[in-house]
Amino acid sequence: MSILNKIFTAIRGGAREVGESIVDKNSVRIFEQEIKDAEQQLDKAKRDLTEVMAKEMQANRKAESLGKDVEKHEGYVSQALEKGDEALALEIAQKVAEIQSDLDIQQKAQASFASHTERLKGMIKKTAKALADMQRQLVMVKTTESVQKATAAITNNYASGTSKLLTAKESLDRIKKRQDDLEDRLAAGEQLKDEFDGKDLEAKMKEAGITEGDNKANDILEKIRAKKQKNS
Amino acid sequence: MINVKTLAGELVKRGQDAESDFHFEVNPIPGEVEVLQIVVEDREELPIFVSASEEQVLCIAYLFKGEEIKSGAVDEMNRAMLTANISIPLSAFGKIDDQYVIYGALSAHSNLEDIIHELEVLSNNAIEAIEAMSDYLN
Repeated sequence: MSILNKIFTAIRGGAREVGESIVDKNSVRIFEQEIKDAEQQLDKAKRDLTEVMAKEMQANRKAESLGKDVEKHEGYVSQALEKGDEALALEIAQKVAEIQSDLDIQQKAQASFASHTERLKGMIKKTAKALADMQRQLVMVKTTESVQKATAAITNNYASGTSKLLTAKESLDRIKKRQDDLEDRLAAGEQLKDEFDGKDLEAKMKEAGITEGDNKANDILEKIRAKKQKNS
Repeated sequence: MINVKTLAGELVKRGQDAESDFHFEVNPIPGEVEVLQIVVEDREELPIFVSASEEQVLCIAYLFKGEEIKSGAVDEMNRAMLTANISIPLSAFGKIDDQYVIYGALSAHSNLEDIIHELEVLSNNAIEAIEAMSDYLN
């Protein structure tokens, strides 16, 4: 059964004690051992593969050189025949037969090593895939365990602390209120700054003699002066 | 694999960085598995818990407990959460015992910037998630 399947089964099983492990420790240990075994198997298969491939190459080289030997000796046979030396030709032909039988042995060995290589490569691929799968599942188990332990640590910390646990809505309200307060404070700050800037400007205008108030007074003065001149 | 103690030291520095506008405190929680509680400034009610294993760094924020869900709304809410899950950047919903969580998982080879980015996004996602689901909650 896959680990995720086990986790689902445990969850479907319903009520567990808080902190009770979803995956029991023993099955984790067995699982870890299986992974170790698979790793060793994989290592051995890789070593075997190197060995068999080396043997295959050796057989290949030997077969090649024996093949050349056969050709060479066949040439000698025809040379002896050309010279009319039947007896020598037969003797060399016997040698060719010997080499040929050696060549057959090497070729058979080579074929057997080649098929062994293929088998090992297939096995390594399969084992590596299974191993990766087991490792992924072990991560799942360990994460589940780690989250549980972390949760236990957090729960214990909360339980030992004096802070009262709030509901999500209460927490959100508090955070929002604080945000609103901050925004209000910022807005108030802006307003204050505006007012201050306004006063500052007024003061500057006054200094420059262009205050609104003074202008009004001048206007009134001018009006009265104009009226007086009219009347007089 | 990320060393939680080293990470804690680096996070403490970055959490107080005056140039950043993401400020937080780092509180190590003792236990069988090393956990860091990240308390984000002005969001103290929604801390993030960080733990690391050989494979990954897990950042988890606790959303609400099953008992906070309005009666009869659980199935609909679960469906809504599963559907919305894929749209949420970097974070996903999960459940630990009776606790609904939002979490992000990072590779164990993540750098500090990745982790800080994750914390910031997760914190935003957590608040948005509770807001979005408040109709289902008591």
